[in-house]
Amino acid sequence: MSIILDHVSHVYGDDTTLAVKALDDISLVIPDGQFIGLIGHTGSGKSTLVQHLNGLLCATSGSIYFDGQDIDDEDFNKKELRSKVGLVFQYPEHQLFEVDVFSDVCFGPKNLGLSKKETELRAYEALKKVGLPDECFYQSPFDLSGGQKRRVAIAGVLAMKPQVLILDEPTAGLDPKGREEILGQICKLKEESNITVILVSHSMEDVAEYVERILVMNQGRIMYDDVPKEVFKHYKELEEVGLAAPQVTYIMHNLKKAGLRVDENATTIKEAAREVYRVLTERTRTL
Amino acid sequence: MLRDITLGQYYQTESVIHRLDPRVKLAGTVIFIISLFCFHHVWGYLCAALFLFAVVKLSKVPFKFMIKGMRSILFLLLITVVFNLFLTPGETVLTIWKLHITKEGIRIAVFMVIRLTMLIIGSSLMTLTTTPNNLTDGMEKAMRPLRLFRLPVHEIAMIMSIALRFIPILMEETDKIMKAQIARGADFESGNIFKKAKAMVPLLVPLFISAFRRANDLAMAMEARCYRGGEGRTKMKPLIYKRRDVAAYLLLFAFLAGSIAVDRIPNMIVKTPAEEQAVRTERVLTETCAEFDGLGVEAHAEFCALYKTTGEKRIETLYADRRI
Repeated sequence: MSIILDHVSHVYGDDTTLAVKALDDISLVIPDGQFIGLIGHTGSGKSTLVQHLNGLLCATSGSIYFDGQDIDDEDFNKKELRSKVGLVFQYPEHQLFEVDVFSDVCFGPKNLGLSKKETELRAYEALKKVGLPDECFYQSPFDLSGGQKRRVAIAGVLAMKPQVLILDEPTAGLDPKGREEILGQICKLKEESNITVILVSHSMEDVAEYVERILVMNQGRIMYDDVPKEVFKHYKELEEVGLAAPQVTYIMHNLKKAGLRVDENATTIKEAAREVYRVLTERTRTL
Repeated sequence: MLRDITLGQYYQTESVIHRLDPRVKLAGTVIFIISLFCFHHVWGYLCAALFLFAVVKLSKVPFKFMIKGMRSILFLLLITVVFNLFLTPGETVLTIWKLHITKEGIRIAVFMVIRLTMLIIGSSLMTLTTTPNNLTDGMEKAMRPLRLFRLPVHEIAMIMSIALRFIPILMEETDKIMKAQIARGADFESGNIFKKAKAMVPLLVPLFISAFRRANDLAMAMEARCYRGGEGRTKMKPLIYKRRDVAAYLLLFAFLAGSIAVDRIPNMIVKTPAEEQAVRTERVLTETCAEFDGLGVEAHAEFCALYKTTGEKRIETLYADRRI
């Protein structure tokens, strides 16, 4: 289920004086089962890019291939594409509409034309996957807390059993605990079902710990496309485009400057701690 | 998806029309609309079309935008045409089943289409070249005298400005929710009307919720800044007429007077002798007809036949004979 983007560009408001080039000649390969972080500051084109991946927006020029098929072909089944590429929008809780949580999650699979039994089974599974307590299932979605609402909305997409799951800023507006929970659950989900996950964010901290590949976007272009370690090496350039490497990177660089011979490429707190511990024990041994 | 509704949307560019005082544009729109309903002939409409075209060119708004706005009222236009076409009494031209298309109906239908089209283009030109804030400021100031009748002018203007301001926001919101539901497999396009109406629920419920939420937030934000209504409120950018506004007013009245004058020309053109003769004959004919009607069908037929072969002079003598 690989997705290939071939020189894709997108222009908003083509016929007005306010034409904005949101995507500028983007070429990408997204293979199966990868965990990708898509990073860029506000207005860099991240949301536009992900809306192309499930055919909600059409490229102004260039083409997108899903499984080797051009998604802009006349005979391409876009509805099927949308069930395979699940997109969770920013603030997805704003799309809830049903009288209770369970029927809202059922909306997606029902639209796929599944039987009632299969629909309910999938909804139940999805709600379990996002870790929503059972007693919330038949409450009104509007009575839940912000974090819970968001989980219901994510479950709504998960219930369609997508092979590629795209989450657009899933942690925006959540408190640190809610953020951790959501990210942890996404990570668990990824491990369990081995789907492709694309995590869109403007925060490196969110992404660094989980993903295996980072795409950095700036002004509609892909600036870096590499494993986290390599991307964070460019922390100075990242700062220039309004992004920042995780704080760990800064600490490690400062430590090195202070004379501690640590490997400054540690990206997660765990790695950094191990690294500092290693260097310190070495030093006590030599003393 | 929903971006093609331009009615009530501002098109940003730099032009003379954009810079005009909103009051001038308001007055201009009203005058233009009034003039559209004053015309009786093609000439007036031609004049108005030329005027409109010139203003559109001056405003630098691509003509495409006005046409786009038209799309939303196409249905209304169609209804007007159909009703006028079939329900106007007059000389029948064509009969379909029990419905008659009359000559007068065609005339009114065509004029109605022209009127409505220009009306929509004219008023969308105003909203395309004036920011909502400016527009309501202008309205507030223009309606100020109505305060004497205890009309809450400021409040009305504020309501309108908020409503206008929220159109694009809600439109964007609709677009977003629509996309989110399409991503969940919703289908807004296929199916019959009931299916389509049902498909709107996943769109409308979140939209209403967000509209209420936004209204609530806005009220809170306004109160937090001590908004209490219009009493004693001053403007950051008060509206003051400039020279170009005066010039625009003059042009507007020149247009109104000129176009109505042009429209009347066909009535004022001096008639040729032959035409005058024809008019006179017609008059005599109708008068005589009325006279002969009282004498029964045969006399009437005889008179008509005579009229065809001999003409006016002969009938006049005949008319005189009969009277004696």
